[in-house]
Amino acid sequence: MKQFSSHIENIQRLSEKTGRAVKLMEVCGTHTMAAFRSGLRSLLPSNVLLLSGPGCPVCVTAGDYIDRAIVIAHEPNTLVASFGDMIRVPGTDSSLEEARAHGARVLVVYSPLDALNEAIRHPKTQVVFLGVGFETTAPAVAWTIRESKRQGVSNYSVLCAHKTIPPAMAALLRSGDVKIDGFMCPGHVSVIIGSRPYEFICRDYNIPCVVAGFETADMAVSIGILLQQILNHRAEVVIQYSRSVNESGNAEAQAIMNEVFEECDDRWRGLGMIPHSGLRIRKQFAQHDALTIFGNLNIPAPRERPGCICGAILKGTQLPADCPLFRTQCTPETPVGACMVSSEGTCAAYYKYAKYTEHHESASKKG
Amino acid sequence: MCLAVPAKILEIEGDTAVIEINGVRRSGNVSLIHNPEIGDYVLLHAGFAIQKWSEEDVREFNAITEEMQKLEQT
Repeated sequence: MKQFSSHIENIQRLSEKTGRAVKLMEVCGTHTMAAFRSGLRSLLPSNVLLLSGPGCPVCVTAGDYIDRAIVIAHEPNTLVASFGDMIRVPGTDSSLEEARAHGARVLVVYSPLDALNEAIRHPKTQVVFLGVGFETTAPAVAWTIRESKRQGVSNYSVLCAHKTIPPAMAALLRSGDVKIDGFMCPGHVSVIIGSRPYEFICRDYNIPCVVAGFETADMAVSIGILLQQILNHRAEVVIQYSRSVNESGNAEAQAIMNEVFEECDDRWRGLGMIPHSGLRIRKQFAQHDALTIFGNLNIPAPRERPGCICGAILKGTQLPADCPLFRTQCTPETPVGACMVSSEGTCAAYYKYAKYTEHHESASKKG
Repeated sequence: MCLAVPAKILEIEGDTAVIEINGVRRSGNVSLIHNPEIGDYVLLHAGFAIQKWSEEDVREFNAITEEMQKLEQT
């Protein structure tokens, strides 16, 4: 393993050779936070700009999903279980956290297994797990659905909003709203799906991809790989995160995902409806689908908060500093948009580390 | 949300394993990986092992994190 400093020197050397501004998108919210926290962004040359992509599941979940979860959590003998990030996301009128303060039953869990066990312990309570997340998380949730059917746990269900990453990357490119020179593909999504599902990005859009790990050195090496491809006019999928990712992915995880879920079109906050980008629960598991169980509830039409530009930020077309609410009305304590709530949200990252980024990236944008 | 951490399998009973993460023991589901065995290093996400790591992978990870810690100290 080379010294970290040599990776940075490599980036500097390659970026000088490109002779232009290079925009690389880190698709995954975990990469976004890692790049900020480690200070890697501050070590990059001014013509290499990292754009944050749509890979924060909490951020891209449509507002009416939260509204539906809140209505369900107010139903009698019902408990909504969720990963912690979700409960502070603002819906149209409130968040799950605020709803809990007004009597809704909401439980934060670490794993969907905890939600299933809660259902087993309390058979008279319908436990609804909020199935939010990408391919990394979907197999775990699929397992609990299949297991609840196998064990006859009739009071466990999932409100499914799982999404898949490659169609969203293609949708971004098709929109033409933002010019991207290379993708840093999400490492842990790729553990499940492998590297092959990104090949069409290289082939059809001529954009290089690297599947990157999450340590600072992993990301520095990955940026160097993308710059080298750009210089050589190549567009291939390279696996930098080889300790976890291979070409074909995790076959066991893919099998259970396919058994329980089927592909559907899905709406992403900021990106709109994207064909084939969602997962829904197959009919044979309908008794564990919260949409079936709570299908007749009256959900108000969702409204985006006026002034919030989360959508543009998720597409990489605007930065948090461009938002009139950023740091004024919208802070981690009083979030207006989802990007400020999630620990992986772009606005939360900029808020925490803004001293550097405001200076560096306003200069970079001009390139 | 896609965070995953390396962990070591200490015991297995059915789909469930006792797993050690940075010296802390907890239970994890090992049904999403092929042929889990005691002593395997795995990547743990939301209570599920989602991939195995080889000894070499663990060494690489330790070398990277060690270097980063040294850099942070300087």
